[in-house]
Parts: sequence; structure tokens; C-alpha cells
Amino acid sequence: MEYLLRMENVSKIYGNGIVANKDVSFSLKQGEIHALVGENGAGKTTLMKILFGMEKPSSGKLYLRDKELDINSSNDAIKHGIGMVHQHFMLLDSFTVAQNITLGIEPANHHFVDENAAVAFTEQLSRQYNFAVDPRAVTGTLPVGIKQKIEILKALARGAKILILDEPTAVLTPQETEQLFEELVKLKKQGYTIVFISHKIKEIKAISDRVTIMRAGCSEGVFNTSEISEQEISNKIVGWKIDTSIHKKEHAFGEARISVTNLSYYGGEKVPILQDINFQVKSGMIMGIAGVQGNGQVELAEILTKSRRVESGSVKINQSDIQSMTIKEMREKGFGYIPEDRQRQGVALTAAVNENLISNKYDTEKFCNKGILKKKKISEYARQMIAEYSVKCSGENGRIDGLSGGNMQKVVVARECMEETKVLIAEQPTRGVDIGAAHIIHQNIVKLRDNGGAVLLFSADMAELIKLSDVLAVMYEGRFVAYYENLSEITEEELGLYMLGIKKQDESQIRRMCYE
Amino acid sequence: MSREKSFHVLRTTVALIIAMLAAFAVIFMVSDTPIESIRLFILGPFSKPRYIGNIINTAIPLIFSGLSMAVVFQASQFNMGAEGIFYFSGAVISLIAIWVPLPVGVHQVVIILAAAVIGALIMLIPGYLKAKYGASELVTSLMMNSILLGLGSYLMTRVLQDPMASNGSYPYLDTAKIPVIIPAFKVHYGLFIALLCVAAVSVFLYKTKWGYEIRMVGINAKFASYSGINIVKTIIIAHLVSGAIAGIGGSVESIAMHTRFEWNGLPGYGFTGALIAMLANNNPVSVIYAALFVAYLSTGADIVARLSDVPAEMSTILQSLIILLIASERFLHSFKQRWMERGIAK
Repeated sequence: MEYLLRMENVSKIYGNGIVANKDVSFSLKQGEIHALVGENGAGKTTLMKILFGMEKPSSGKLYLRDKELDINSSNDAIKHGIGMVHQHFMLLDSFTVAQNITLGIEPANHHFVDENAAVAFTEQLSRQYNFAVDPRAVTGTLPVGIKQKIEILKALARGAKILILDEPTAVLTPQETEQLFEELVKLKKQGYTIVFISHKIKEIKAISDRVTIMRAGCSEGVFNTSEISEQEISNKIVGWKIDTSIHKKEHAFGEARISVTNLSYYGGEKVPILQDINFQVKSGMIMGIAGVQGNGQVELAEILTKSRRVESGSVKINQSDIQSMTIKEMREKGFGYIPEDRQRQGVALTAAVNENLISNKYDTEKFCNKGILKKKKISEYARQMIAEYSVKCSGENGRIDGLSGGNMQKVVVARECMEETKVLIAEQPTRGVDIGAAHIIHQNIVKLRDNGGAVLLFSADMAELIKLSDVLAVMYEGRFVAYYENLSEITEEELGLYMLGIKKQDESQIRRMCYE
Repeated sequence: MSREKSFHVLRTTVALIIAMLAAFAVIFMVSDTPIESIRLFILGPFSKPRYIGNIINTAIPLIFSGLSMAVVFQASQFNMGAEGIFYFSGAVISLIAIWVPLPVGVHQVVIILAAAVIGALIMLIPGYLKAKYGASELVTSLMMNSILLGLGSYLMTRVLQDPMASNGSYPYLDTAKIPVIIPAFKVHYGLFIALLCVAAVSVFLYKTKWGYEIRMVGINAKFASYSGINIVKTIIIAHLVSGAIAGIGGSVESIAMHTRFEWNGLPGYGFTGALIAMLANNNPVSVIYAALFVAYLSTGADIVARLSDVPAEMSTILQSLIILLIASERFLHSFKQRWMERGIAK
């Protein structure tokens, strides 16, 4: 028995016609850390969801210790010792750590949940695996690094011998990542088998024994990590060599387009979500906002885009206070917004591509005359955008839900980055998007900047922030704790220290710099 | 046609076939001459010009109610108010039809326009409550139906009731009536008004900015609001248009098919309208076909009820079955999956 687990010729086609996996074979050896690598949308997560029983394969077979497996649900997978930690944590924020870990397997005392036993169980578990967690802490108040540990413990508590970790480092700072790796190595020594999904090549080289590379739903082969170079992995992931360098025009910044003054926000909580934020984004400038998820970035973006109220302080876009404007009026002044959640906010899924492209300008003179839409002009414009952004689709009249994530995002960016756009708020503009599409999106954001637009960029991808930003601020617990005017002096490690709140720049200095 | 669209057509067809088979099963159970009854049910509606005319005349109010529903459904508003509006606009325009003498032509136009305004104003109430305060339009519109029924009955007993007639208002003036086109078929001119409305709604929904706003709000309200579309305004517009169409439907039905106001309760067009809109996937042109089909079924059921031993309630059972099958999202789901897969494999 050479392999602990094998997946053979697995294919998966979704109901909307997207082929997520095509004839993929995948195998695990007992006690290895196996990296599953590929671009976003290459089918890594789908393959693992099949293994974990969340998706049914359209064809293909699974073998555990050479015995064919029939997994119909996650419960089946857990019974066979397979556990998965999802990219988005599946934890109840209002529960304590012990309650989350014992959810569904609660120790009972005469049909009542025995809280003390749950706490004891959690303590014993955290000792056994050397994961320091407080069983009585309320989950919602904990940092993401700890939440991830809880997820891993949850899987172990259910008897998982094979652990699937879906992009575990995406939400972690460099320091937290390092700690996670140490823990994974310990688990491996105890005989656990770990699947590590990632698209970061450095991490794969650092931690894995073997690596399976996926591209466009197909497997590009499996390799011993020590025998393949970073460059080789990279080429196999992309399938060709791609130049993703970005050239920005050197220029002086113009007048302030976004001015935020003394902005504080509580949103009904006792602790401020945002505290005394001051900054200006000027014409021709990209300002990046870094920070660990949940430090107020989402709220800041939502206030700037009017999904949340300004409680105190002021926000001005093009010198006008946003409180006195409707979204329509803001948009008429050249306001663009690439939202974080494109499926829920960025597109109308069952509408056509062209209808999605005009939602912020359908009633301008160019596309509308006395209430009647100019169909020809709209089609012309849509075809032009599809060509300019090389959107892969069946045509401008096809439904947008037939497009891949990357192409859908190109439609969103094409709509928001117009010639008329003077202010752009971009939230995770390339999350879940392949390298090629990300490059096109980057180019267009920079083009907007070069033409005098002001861009506020929120991103969890530090490489993206460093590549695009002219100035960069780091958020921690609702405040700016660092501000860089010169990005060449930044290292990712130093950024990590600010993001974790370990280091802080002087507040008055930050304030002076970003609001001069 | 895309596979997605073909699937909708396929699902609708299969649902209809299953419903028909269920109807046959019912006939077999209750009828002593089942084969004859089924023959009457399927072929009966085409056996005489009068019956064909009856299909079309039955379809006309269904086109109005289906259109009215399609407009609100497109905005993802589940408003059932068309039911009450049909009834109430019929009652109110009876005042004009009985007591306001006007020349032929003008009389009908005044009646229809008045009905449109009444319908729109009534719909404004649930529409405004939903748009502004988030009150469920389903609940408010159903409540409104009861209120409208009460108001209509009050109007009937206190004002309209003809003491000489056993159960009806004073007769309508001749100038108010909508005449028949071809006497043999008995189809009335309301057909053209209905088709005109279909064309108008089609243009409104797919060619104007208001239609665009309604559809975007219906597909994804978050997206619409983020794009700058005024949701409150859009929801209210959808309700106004829907109400106006329902109002027109109620008035046309009254002055074309009746010589006096004689509805004693809600006529049921609104609820059937929801079925029609669903069958038509909220597409205005498809509403015509869906209405004709439902009209054909109910005509068939009427004929069977009259000429054989099967009760007319069968038609109601059939309609409910169709709604059930169409409304179940997951119906034929696994089939859809395989169908999509095959499309890609090609």
C-alpha cells in the first residue's frame, strides 16, 4: 500500500456549465504535507470539496487504502478521517471556543450539554496538539490566527487523520504563518497527512514534501518539492511566461479628491470600529490600505461608498460632503467602486454582460434618450469593453453568470474604470482572479491613476499593495498605525509587525503626513 | 437558444405534461366513460367556433393579470394585489358605465383610463409601504384584497345594486360596452387592448431605462443600489405600472363580458395571473401563450363538466399542480445538471 488515498480521473462540471475539474488524479502518502497549487479558479478547492463530500464528482473514483470510497456528504468524509479547514471560517462568533469545537459532538449529561466537560475536552485537545487556545473565550473576539487554530482543532476533535487546509495563510500575517507552519510540521510528525492548498510558491517550497500543480481544472503533474524549482512551479501554474510588471507614470499629485477628516465609527458597538481617521487621496495617486482582515477596512470602505452612515467626522469626495449626496449624484461626479463581493454586489448574475456594463451610466445621454435606451450604442460600447479587457464570453448578450470569476471581475473593472472616473475605491480588486486577469485589472487601475484619477486600494495581497500604491497606510484596530510615502523602503516583515499592532508609528506624525 | 433558456422551456413542458397526466388520472377515477371524457377535454375546445372564441375571451383577462404580475415579479416583488384591483376597478368603473353618458368610443376610453388610474393608486399603497418601510408587499397586498372586496361590496349594496335584478348592478349604458369582433367566435375588441398592453409592457421592460431599473432591482437589489439606481422609486414605478394594467384588465373584462356589475367575490384572475407569469418566466410576450394555454385548459374542463360526469373543479386541481411543479426550483435539477454537462462535452 503505497498511497493512503487516491483520487482517479475526477471530473466536475457545475450546473452553470463551468468545468472545474477535468480528469484529475491526486494521491496522498501517509504522513506527508502535500501542497495543492494553482491559480485562483484552477480547481484546487473544488477537488478538495469533492474529497470532503461537499461536491459530487461528475465522474471519477476515490480510494482510501486501496478500498473504493463512496462519499456523499461531509459527514461521510469525517467518518473516514478526512477533515477540512475552509478559507472562510465556519465558526459561530457568539459561541465560546469550547462550544465551537464540540459543536455537534457535545458531551452530554442526561441530555443536557455538559459545558464543563466541553471545556475540559478542549483543554486536553489543545495540550495534546500544542495549540494554545482559551476554551472559554468568545470566538468572535479572537484574531484570525487563533480562529484558524480552532478550525484545525475542530477537525482533529472529529478524528481527522487527513487534514485539508484551504489557503490557510491568505488571512495571516507573515509571523502567524510561520507559527502555523511549525504546528503543521508537528502534526506531520505525529502521523497526520496534510493537504495544503495555496498559490504562494514560497510557502509551498518551505513546507511541503510533494506538490500537485493544477491549471485550468487539469492536473499538471505531481512532483517532489525538493526536485522542482520555484521558477518551474511558477511556469507550470501559469502555463506560459507572463510579464506582470507595471509601469507607472512619474508625476506630481494634484488636488485632494477624497478627504477624510476625524472619522470615527462605532456602528452600535462600545469599542470604536474606526477611530479618528484622517487622510487625503489626491489626483493621480493610488493610496493602499493594508491590514489584517477585520481591523476596520471593510467599514471604512462601506462608509466611503455610503452603505454605512458617517457618525462623526466628515468624508468629502471631490470637495463635496458625501452625506448630502445620493449614490447617483456621487456617480455623476465620477465616483467608481469595485466592491469586495462581486457576486453579491458587483454584478446582476442573471442579467446580460452588456446590462452589467452600463449599470452606472445607463441613463446618460450617450446611452439613453428621453428614457429610451440606445440599444445600438450599448452593444457597441459593450463589444468595445469586451475587446479592451479581453473578457472571455459568448457575446455581449450572454448572461454574466456564464463567465469565470476573473472575466466577471474584468466586467466590473471595465464598468468602474471609465474615462470619467475621478475617484475609485477598489476593494480586493483581484481576489479570486487568475494572474492574467489580475494583470489587466492592475494595468487599468494604474491607467486611471496616470490620467489623474484618485484611487483608494484595499487589499489583503501585500504584493499587490506594494506594486500599485504610491502611498500606503496600515490599519490596526480601526486606526492608522503606519504610513509610508516611499514604498521602496518597505519589507513585508515590517508591514507584518504593523499589521499585528506590535509596532506603531507616532500618531501625530502619521496625521501630518497623510493630511498635508 | 441557450441551454439555460431551453431548460426553462423543457421544464415548463414537462410540468404541463405531468399535470395533464394527473388530470387524466382524476378523470379515470371519477368518470364512467373516461376515454370519451378525455377526448372532450382535449379536443372539445376546438370543436366549435364558439368554444375557440371562448378560449380567447377567457385568455384576455388572464393576459392582463399575467402582465400585471410579470411586471412586479421582474422587480422581485411578490405582490398579489392584482386580484383585488381587478374586482375593485370593475366596481368603480361601473359608476361611469351606468351613470355617465358619453359618446361611444370616448366612453370606453374614459372607463379604461379611470380604471388604470384606480389600479395604479391602489398599488401605490403596498408599493410605498414596501419601498419606504420594508413592509412585506405579499402580506399588505393580500390584506388589501380583503379591504377592496369589502369596499366593493359596500359600493355594490349601497349604490350599484339594481332592485329589479336579483344579483347585479343597474345595467351598463350601451355606449360603454366593448363590442364583439366576429359574431361567430364572439371574440371582443378587448383582445386588441390586451395585445397593445403586451407590446407596451415589452417595450417598457426591455427598451426603457425604467424597465432596466426594474429588472436590475429584481435581479440584485444590492447591485442596483450600489450602481446608483433609486430602489424606492423603482419599486414604486413597478407597482404603479402593474396596478394600472390590472385596473385596465378589470374594466375591460367588466364592460366586454358583462352587461352589469355582477361579481360577488374576488374573481380569481390575480392568482391565476401569478401562474401565468410563472409559466411565461415573466416575459410579456410569453404571457400571451401561457394565458391561451390556461384558458384552453379551463375551457376544456368546462366542456367536460357540462357534457360528462367529471366535475369542473378538476381544472382548479390542474392549475394548482402546474404552479406546484413550476415553482419547485429543484424540479428536474439533476436532469439539468446532466443536460448542461452534455452541452459542454460537445
